[in-house]
Amino acid sequence: MSFSWAKPYEPKHPLARWLDERLPLPRLVYGAIGGGYPVPRNLNYFWNFGVLAGIFLTIQIVTGIVLAMHYYATADGAFNSVNQLIMRDVNAGWLLRYAHMNGASFFFIVTYIHIFRGLYYGSYKAPRELVWMLGLVIYLLMMATAFMGYVLPWGQMSYWGAQVITGFFSAFPVIGEPIRVWLLGGYAPDQAALTRFFSLHYLLPFVIAGVVILHIWSLHIPGSGNPTGVDVKDEKDTLPFHPYYTAKDGWFAAGFLLVYALVTFYVPNYLGHPDNYIPANALATPAHIVPEWYFWPFYAILRSCTFNLFWIDAKLWGVLAMFGSILLLFFLPWLDKSPVRSGNYRPVFKRFFWLLVIDVIILGYVGGAPIVWWRTALGQIAAAYYFLHFLVILPLVSAFETTDPLPNSISESVLSGDAREAPVAVAG
Amino acid sequence: MPVKRLWQLPAKGADQKMFLRAILGFIGFIFALALILSLGSGLKTYFQNPPAPLAAEEFHKEPKPLDLSSDGPFGKFDKAQLQRGLQVYTEVCSACHSLKLVSFRDLKDLGYNDAEVKAFAGSGKQWKIEVPSINPETGEAATRKALPSDTFPAPFANETAARAANNNALPPDLSLITKSREGGAAYVYSLLTGWANQQGYRNEKGEELLKKFPDAKTPPGLHFNPYFANLNIAMPPPLTTDGQVTYADGTKPTVDQMAKDVSAFLVWTAQPDLERRHAAGLAVAIFLLIATILAYLAKQQIWHSDERRAVRETGVLDPENQAKTSRAKAKAKIAG
Repeated sequence: MSFSWAKPYEPKHPLARWLDERLPLPRLVYGAIGGGYPVPRNLNYFWNFGVLAGIFLTIQIVTGIVLAMHYYATADGAFNSVNQLIMRDVNAGWLLRYAHMNGASFFFIVTYIHIFRGLYYGSYKAPRELVWMLGLVIYLLMMATAFMGYVLPWGQMSYWGAQVITGFFSAFPVIGEPIRVWLLGGYAPDQAALTRFFSLHYLLPFVIAGVVILHIWSLHIPGSGNPTGVDVKDEKDTLPFHPYYTAKDGWFAAGFLLVYALVTFYVPNYLGHPDNYIPANALATPAHIVPEWYFWPFYAILRSCTFNLFWIDAKLWGVLAMFGSILLLFFLPWLDKSPVRSGNYRPVFKRFFWLLVIDVIILGYVGGAPIVWWRTALGQIAAAYYFLHFLVILPLVSAFETTDPLPNSISESVLSGDAREAPVAVAG
Repeated sequence: MPVKRLWQLPAKGADQKMFLRAILGFIGFIFALALILSLGSGLKTYFQNPPAPLAAEEFHKEPKPLDLSSDGPFGKFDKAQLQRGLQVYTEVCSACHSLKLVSFRDLKDLGYNDAEVKAFAGSGKQWKIEVPSINPETGEAATRKALPSDTFPAPFANETAARAANNNALPPDLSLITKSREGGAAYVYSLLTGWANQQGYRNEKGEELLKKFPDAKTPPGLHFNPYFANLNIAMPPPLTTDGQVTYADGTKPTVDQMAKDVSAFLVWTAQPDLERRHAAGLAVAIFLLIATILAYLAKQQIWHSDERRAVRETGVLDPENQAKTSRAKAKAKIAG
């Protein structure tokens, strides 16, 4: 977009020219995801996950709109409308429901890969700080949407999940409990909570879509990053988005949807929890209340705080740590001061990055499993490392690390074999 | 020159960033401290007062393996088995357990025709519970024979009635039981064949339950079953003797066989979509596989074009890229 060599949109057909003078929508699309957007030529497959996230957002919105046509947002009708009407009586209702249920999980899988891609390749650094921060806003909205969606079938985990998550607010002294009651519309999750969660669950995906537009817009000002982290220098460093990256994204998306289809059709309940097939019961607490898998690392951080430090009690520490663990990511562009973006050229950073990946996996495991003393201890160490990693280790590493030499340019980094030996011969 | 106060932000951009990093580092340190203190206090509590072992943890058994024809990606229901399972449910389980989400017309999936479904629901010979209704003349509460469009009527009018008849225990609805329990059908099968005599009961390690946990004796009104989460279940063994039901297809109705059949039936009640899902999944997987291969070949074609091959000449190495940090610059002897 911002490159001088970006191909201009030149409509040939008179009708296209007529439209372009009045409503240049095709021009916008051409510049955004067509031949008019130059992309670094050396992207690897980790750069496919943004498009995949967009695909899953679309799948969720489409299946969700149809499910909403059959769903009853009432405390005594919600469970049956999902498990009887939709799963048994609506034509292909089981497919819609399983696709939506697993679509949420896959949306998070691709989003997590997308986020860790950004962490490794320094995608949060100047000039893309706002791209990163808008992405985090999308992630927070996704979490809110997924949580409220999980409440809608009104099973046991729906109910008790709503109970626990809205309970976070009551950890704050004085104002906490009134806020919780105000959010729920009552003292416990019930009809009022269910109806407003349904309303917001329908609204938020469109808010996400709006922020996605801002995310892409702010990305297209500096243009996409790349695995070397070296800036684009001239036309030879880039390829037009279409057809190169549409083709690359296309086949990868088809392959990824194959994995999604296999889970949806053959193990549709693998990522869920059996207790959510029991109708909500305010009088029977499940033995182990756990959120969906994509919240496990944060749930582990929440449960890890068991010590009253200073004048703040353990529960509030847990809630602060959990929110803090996400909010600190907004400061990442200023925590990491290394001018080198890509982890490929940062030997020390690279090691800590993989340590962080392992750390988050451990947190996820601890958050999803029942409480045992050694698991709690492991979770506490992992949670402490999480904070130290971002707030202490990363700034220090970025200040003291000796980075490896960067390639001269993107084109140089992709040259190999014959091309490297005789670059002039293949130059166009 | 103004007096510099402690709470004043540094004026220069670089100093502000340094200040921000210091504050955030301090916050990170405080969180880590809270967590490490939590770790210490947790470990101290654990070693000073180790939690007492629980009978339910050490004597609870994992479900026995169960092979059903509906297992696996190409699994299909064994319709004869489902029919036998329906018979066990109708003659045994339905005395206490409802099947509220299933309609009689769904039974066509089991291989019955319309007339058979109608006869099953409404003749009063096989299915005996009637559907709550009103008397069309007086409007008073009444019951009527079930129709294929009805869901299975429940044995008790409401939860209170169910509890009153069952020693204050509530028999759960069975429609989704194989989806709502860890272990699914294998759990149901194991539970149905799992009642044991608690006297002298030993686990796999050979420990005797009542010797190790004398307090774990099953209270009156409950029944010992090691497959149940807390070992004591309100339900008495429902399948007690071979030949409790008489199968029309000649299968020998042992307790084990009846338990297997009803478990298979309950897989169907929880997932009537299973066969359609498996068939549709295969079609979708084949479609996506072909789409992936074609799209991959298209991508290869596009990426091997001439335009892609045209790459820039390599110039002299740019020292700015070579050494970005001050340390690297010092090492490479680059000024600035």
